[in-house]
Amino acid sequence: MVKNIIKISFRNLLRSGRRTILTASLITIGVMFVLVYSALSGSFKSYMVGQVTDSMLGHIQIHKKGYIASVDNLPLDKNINKKQLDKITEILDKNQFIESYTFRLKLGSMFSNYISSTNIRLNGIDPLKEAKTLPLFESRIDEIKASELKEGSIIVPELLAKGMGVKKGDSIVLVATNKKGSVNGLNFKVEGSIEPISGPGGRDGYIHINDVKKLLRFKEIEVSEVVIRLKDVKHLKTVMRMLKPLSNMKNQKDKPVFEVHTWEKLSPFYNIVKMLDIMDISIKIILISIVLISVLNVMVMNVFERIKEIGTIAAMGTTPSTITKLFLTEGLMLGTFGAIVGSFLSYIIILIINGIGISFSFGRQSDLTLNPVLHINEILIVGVIVIIISLIASISPAIKAANLNPVDALRQN
Amino acid sequence: MIINKNVTKTYQMGEIDLKVIKNLNLSIEYGEFIAIVGPSGSGKSTVLNLLGCLDKPSEGKILIDGTDITQLNRTQLADFRGENIGFIFQSFNLIPVLSVYENIEYPLIMIQNLEQDERDKRIMQLLKEVDMLDQKDKFPDQLSGGQRQRVAIARALVTKPKIVFADEPTANLDTETSNQIITLMRNIQKEFNTTFVFATHDEKIVTAVDRIITLVDGEIIDDKRV
Repeated sequence: MVKNIIKISFRNLLRSGRRTILTASLITIGVMFVLVYSALSGSFKSYMVGQVTDSMLGHIQIHKKGYIASVDNLPLDKNINKKQLDKITEILDKNQFIESYTFRLKLGSMFSNYISSTNIRLNGIDPLKEAKTLPLFESRIDEIKASELKEGSIIVPELLAKGMGVKKGDSIVLVATNKKGSVNGLNFKVEGSIEPISGPGGRDGYIHINDVKKLLRFKEIEVSEVVIRLKDVKHLKTVMRMLKPLSNMKNQKDKPVFEVHTWEKLSPFYNIVKMLDIMDISIKIILISIVLISVLNVMVMNVFERIKEIGTIAAMGTTPSTITKLFLTEGLMLGTFGAIVGSFLSYIIILIINGIGISFSFGRQSDLTLNPVLHINEILIVGVIVIIISLIASISPAIKAANLNPVDALRQN
Repeated sequence: MIINKNVTKTYQMGEIDLKVIKNLNLSIEYGEFIAIVGPSGSGKSTVLNLLGCLDKPSEGKILIDGTDITQLNRTQLADFRGENIGFIFQSFNLIPVLSVYENIEYPLIMIQNLEQDERDKRIMQLLKEVDMLDQKDKFPDQLSGGQRQRVAIARALVTKPKIVFADEPTANLDTETSNQIITLMRNIQKEFNTTFVFATHDEKIVTAVDRIITLVDGEIIDDKRV
């Protein structure tokens, strides 16, 4: 019987061919639009998230409590001291999900080329650990490998280098005030420049962490932040749970010592990600509306045009449930057809986009190339939504058909 | 055997109750060839709908083989029709998207759920009977009126119903085709002992039947065997 229901429903759809094609095309275009958009926005998101986490923020950062609230001032009195750092490293070393971690000591400083001066945000880094924790960090730097940054050298932000007219090999002076208020200056050699990136810290300069220690006259190591890279970003929540002891740690005054944040909290780009996700949902809602209205419309027409036929099959003994199934199958077929053809065409469009290579600019970054990927999960989700909505849209017309009184239906012309 | 006891059918027309069938008492034996005649609006089609379990009476009982069909719900009525009753309509009412063979096959699959071999045997026998064997793969819109009615007859008979109701089956056919169709139904009635009940104005049918029931204003005024 199922085979026959499918056969009859299919032929009924072909019978009003133009209307069926129009409706199916509408669904197809909707599916295509959603899938191509999802692939493009997904590619944009993963590219940008990759950039943000792999070249600057890492996946998780640990700071002294209160540091993030005043991060724009790069406060030196909210650094993590050696004792606290030992506790952190003890916990991090035991965590199997952590690939690597690095320390940064951040400060605001004055940059002088002996002719003019400007302010600069500096990161004191451990070059080897920084390169390991942020794999894309090196790709932003010209003329030197990040891991080869030696004491006495500086990597200057590209825009500042251009503005101040400094190049590799030039000597410059960095002047900074330490937390006791004393001012100190040191000579540095420019070893390279670093290109900007959107987000916090995207226009920072880099020196060796030991140089910061000297510049600020610290007796022992202090750090502003601990940057953590996970083996797999999908373990972000798990690791955050595992780092709870750190965020729950209290000092003698019973106040929290550290704050632990994911990249999502630290990067303004996460808001764009959220916006893209909201747009993704909005587009899916539009698709649902398209499918609902077009299938409902076509099914109401189908029932209205076939009242006498429904009366005939009901008179012959077709039960109301079988009549319902006949019309539900028609709606289901419309949705399924739209979902399959739409997915197939989306796949072709994505192939074409990847073939052509669409590049875009974001913030100060240009020539970023999108590599959209059509995930099977996304196809399945959109397909299931379309099919379920087609079914829902067919329920009312199908029930109307099943509830028709055969006598009244047979009287229709 | 069909027995109608004090059957009344009333339609609500706005504020007015319109009694179209009044205290109908009727008994039909299997194998009869009956015409219900009467002027337009006399209630012929309503009687046919009531006897064919398409409609329920407002009052009274309809017993078919002892089953009181007024007590059945919509699905039970549909099942009952599928097993016991066949219909032939004035405008044939074939399913346009199905071929001749598939139209006849429809009630066997969708209603009686028979196996392929049994279906094929019954359909081929009926196609031969109604002389449509060579047209079996055509679709309704490729057939003449007479051919369509032959297919409709085959479809009505394929479920081996106890009784077939035909509402003006020759109204859309020319005289020669009408005669052929009446002869065909008569032969089938004799061969399979199928009961045929016609609601008709057609004199050709009236002269062919064994029993004529005359209705006027929803009441039987004459019931004679010829």
